[in-house]
Amino acid sequence: MTPLLSVQGLSKSYGRHVGCLDVSFDLWPGEVMGIVGESGSGKSTLLNCMAGHLAPDAGRVMFDTRAEGPVDTLRLSEPARRMLTRTDWAFVHQHARDGLRMGVSAGGNVGERLMAVGARNYAGIRASAVDWLDRVEIDAGRVDDRPGTFSGGMQQRLQIARNLVTGPRLIFMDEPTGGLDVSVQARLLDLMRGLVRRMGLSAVIVTHDLAVVRLLADRLMVMKDGRVVESGLTDQVLDDPQHGYTQLLVSSVLQV
Amino acid sequence: MTSFGQKYPGGPGAEPLDIGTHYNFAYLDEQTKRMIRRAILKGLAVPGYQVPFASREMPMPYGWGTGGVQVTAAVLVPEDVLKVIDQGADDTTNAVSIRKFFERTAGVAVTGRTQDATVIQTRHRIPETPLTADQILVYQVPIPEPLRFLEPSETETRRMHALQDYGLMHVKLYEDIARHGAIATSYAYPVMVAGRYVMDPSPIPKFDNPKLEMDAIQLFGAGREQRIYALPPHTRVVSLDFEDYPFEPSKADHACALCAATGSYLDEIITDDAGGRMFVCSDTDFCQSRLSGATP
Repeated sequence: MTPLLSVQGLSKSYGRHVGCLDVSFDLWPGEVMGIVGESGSGKSTLLNCMAGHLAPDAGRVMFDTRAEGPVDTLRLSEPARRMLTRTDWAFVHQHARDGLRMGVSAGGNVGERLMAVGARNYAGIRASAVDWLDRVEIDAGRVDDRPGTFSGGMQQRLQIARNLVTGPRLIFMDEPTGGLDVSVQARLLDLMRGLVRRMGLSAVIVTHDLAVVRLLADRLMVMKDGRVVESGLTDQVLDDPQHGYTQLLVSSVLQV
Repeated sequence: MTSFGQKYPGGPGAEPLDIGTHYNFAYLDEQTKRMIRRAILKGLAVPGYQVPFASREMPMPYGWGTGGVQVTAAVLVPEDVLKVIDQGADDTTNAVSIRKFFERTAGVAVTGRTQDATVIQTRHRIPETPLTADQILVYQVPIPEPLRFLEPSETETRRMHALQDYGLMHVKLYEDIARHGAIATSYAYPVMVAGRYVMDPSPIPKFDNPKLEMDAIQLFGAGREQRIYALPPHTRVVSLDFEDYPFEPSKADHACALCAATGSYLDEIITDDAGGRMFVCSDTDFCQSRLSGATP
């Protein structure tokens, strides 16, 4: 079996400041990888390098494409990479506003990726949009409303629907529950867990919320100052942290 | 009836001012015309692609056809016969001023008859009479970028064109149907040119879209936006649509009240304060030719 995503020696620095340094890992089909660390530890830089939003200084990001097997996505042509980002890949932003078109109805938001890959049947696109709104627990009656009229949690769910409509195999998430209140977070996590399991998605989730990775992630990487300081099975890392920083991180969680 | 070839200044009959020594032929200097011609040639070589050009200040405000005027100036030769229309009419302010401008600065012959013209500058219409291979149609374009109101960044729209990333264009049509039950875009209806570039055909009514595949050369000039693009003769031009909501060229469902034509694009004219209205051909030359019995 080949890993779906294989990151090898990925480094990115901003001048003298290190973003991330020599990060390597494999992500297997159906696996969810969590990346935790404090602000400025390089986890978002790493995610953006993997997703093609930033150009890393060194390293390779091999993705197991449906047609040609593993290819280095950093060396792909721009059209091929864009195609990948709207078919097999998905990216969920922390702020739904970054990932949604606020001037376009919910249905249009969900349908955009379908239309971008050539769907030209209005009824079909609309049916998929309604179906996906239903799957993320948004009332189908709101298909023609703009995202601006939605609550924060609904916007985030809409963003997830918009990303998953083309049936991607890999989803990148940047703090997907950030800025939401805890009950909304819980429902969103529940939803994501269901979707990931049912669709057999692989995911890379960047967060500073250990509860999120505990619920969603199979494996965990802990980052500090741009480096991976510890990695392993989620429960193992969280229950028996080895590295000093991980111990600090785990012990810093407020117990209620 | 419009009368052409009036002498200026001083109204009909006055001797024209001798301006030959003051202006270069067709107002623009030769270097500028060469620059514009290069942009036109590039536009013709890559149909539908917006070629940037160094748009000049013209003696008229932006939005009055400065792009079209510069393109016309660059293609005019002394033997040309020029026709200028504004929304199909030869006798509206914009058309009259631009026609006089070239009469004065280029000394070319002018006409209102579509079939007699060699260069036709137009604002927002394509003449009803089919154009021929030895004619050039010059459009005045306010906003050349079809993606402008979907994506405000010019850098991003250029990248989208380069990568043929046109999903967003259909999102707009989707929104139209979702909101109005049909594609409500009725003018400046986006087209796919030669299977490659999405192009704004300038604000012509979508009734005119099928005519974009024609024998004549079509040049588009946007002065304020500094873009020129072009359609060589017989270029394949497809109006964007959905399978279940196909493109429909539409017009007012009437016959012309003057010439009784049923297949021409109509203007609605309000005739009194009591709700009276009539529908007449927007192409004045077409209408008058039919009325005078000449075959248009």
